[in-house]
Amino acid sequence: MPEFEEVVERIKEMIKRAHTELPEDVVRAIRKSYEAEESEIARKNLEIILENIEIAKKKGLPICQDTGLPIFFVELGRELELEFRIEDAIKKAVREMTPKLLRPNVVHPLTRKNTGDNTGIGMPMINVELKEGDRLRIVYLPKGAGSENVSAIKMLLPTDVERIKDFVLEVVANSLGLPCPPIIVGLGIGGSFDMAAKLAKRALIRNLDSMNEFEMEMLEAINSLGIGPMGLGGKTTALAVLSEIAYCHTASLPVAVNIQCWANRRSEVII
Amino acid sequence: MKLRAPVGEEIFDLKAGDIVYVCGEVLTARDKAHARIVEMLEKGIDLPFNLNRAVVYHCGPIISENKVIAAGPTTSDRMSSFVPKIVEKLDAVVFIGKGGFSGKAVEAMKGKAVYLAFTGGAGAFAASKIKNVKGVFWEDLGMAEAVWVLEVENFGPCIVAIDSKGKSIYDEVRKRIIERLRK
Repeated sequence: MPEFEEVVERIKEMIKRAHTELPEDVVRAIRKSYEAEESEIARKNLEIILENIEIAKKKGLPICQDTGLPIFFVELGRELELEFRIEDAIKKAVREMTPKLLRPNVVHPLTRKNTGDNTGIGMPMINVELKEGDRLRIVYLPKGAGSENVSAIKMLLPTDVERIKDFVLEVVANSLGLPCPPIIVGLGIGGSFDMAAKLAKRALIRNLDSMNEFEMEMLEAINSLGIGPMGLGGKTTALAVLSEIAYCHTASLPVAVNIQCWANRRSEVII
Repeated sequence: MKLRAPVGEEIFDLKAGDIVYVCGEVLTARDKAHARIVEMLEKGIDLPFNLNRAVVYHCGPIISENKVIAAGPTTSDRMSSFVPKIVEKLDAVVFIGKGGFSGKAVEAMKGKAVYLAFTGGAGAFAASKIKNVKGVFWEDLGMAEAVWVLEVENFGPCIVAIDSKGKSIYDEVRKRIIERLRK
């Protein structure tokens, strides 16, 4: 049976890893786009991004100062016995990592008062899912505001399946350089209003090398826009498109687009 | 090319697409600091720091024990609406950020200001170009929103993305996208 303090430590380690070491698949995709770019400005930006990744890893510093909102996906084995609330362990880990690694980002939505420790009502955001077995898997996806702010959701008409692509292109085109391109596009199709958004976010924890044909096609269309790294023009606007679907009502077609910056920080721990 | 703060007329020679490195003192400011600056200007209250000829960096750094841990740029567009009021009475000013300005900001910058794009998300890289923290104003706004006075050396490469003649790389990219989407 896992002990509370042990789990807190493992979560803290996972938080640090996410902020200082970008996943290999993401680094590979950035390198590939650097090789493909021809414009000097696009190459310079990607060069700095790659150098930044190296510095962060070597010095144990956060890749980006926007250490985001703390978002966790928890898979809890039905047979696992815990003598504590997993939410409490996550909350404690987040508190202890602020502000030495995490910038205090969490504020009251109306008074805008900062809690100082990245916790508050609904924060950290913890999604719990029950699974078979006795395993505890936690995935951490810190989400920066620059890319979150340009994300969008739309309830399309059920006859508008062909318009999904147009909507995604419209969202990306409107965002230009704001979300720190090259971006990763999380796409949630179906379910309900809230579920589509959740699917879009969940898609972002997938490996970039796992794209299917539909996603590759979307990626090509997005890259033809020419927004480029940091919105200063170029071939790489997005590194990947990742989608998730759920069945929906015959009368509706919810589509959510969750934009993620190039710093697609994520990490996981299995206990 | 090197640019030293406080800046002077040399910034009016910069053209969109040029690459510059910044030395000297920069002031960080984002949403809340901009709102407070404009509020004070409207009420005729003196600011505790000098914005004229300054380099304003759109950044909410992580600073621990007076050391900069990470300090990349934040999205500048959230500050667009404050720009006309801020540049109005200044001789020259340089903004550093990411993503550029929209709306009336670009027009207001003509003959007054240039906008430098620094790679978004490059927080650790940016921190390596910051030599020390010289001071802080408005700490009541919180770490990310306070105005930090940072001494930088060869801060860059920064790309002149909006020059003082109103030429904006972002506008060019935007125009190309509109044309492409029309097809």
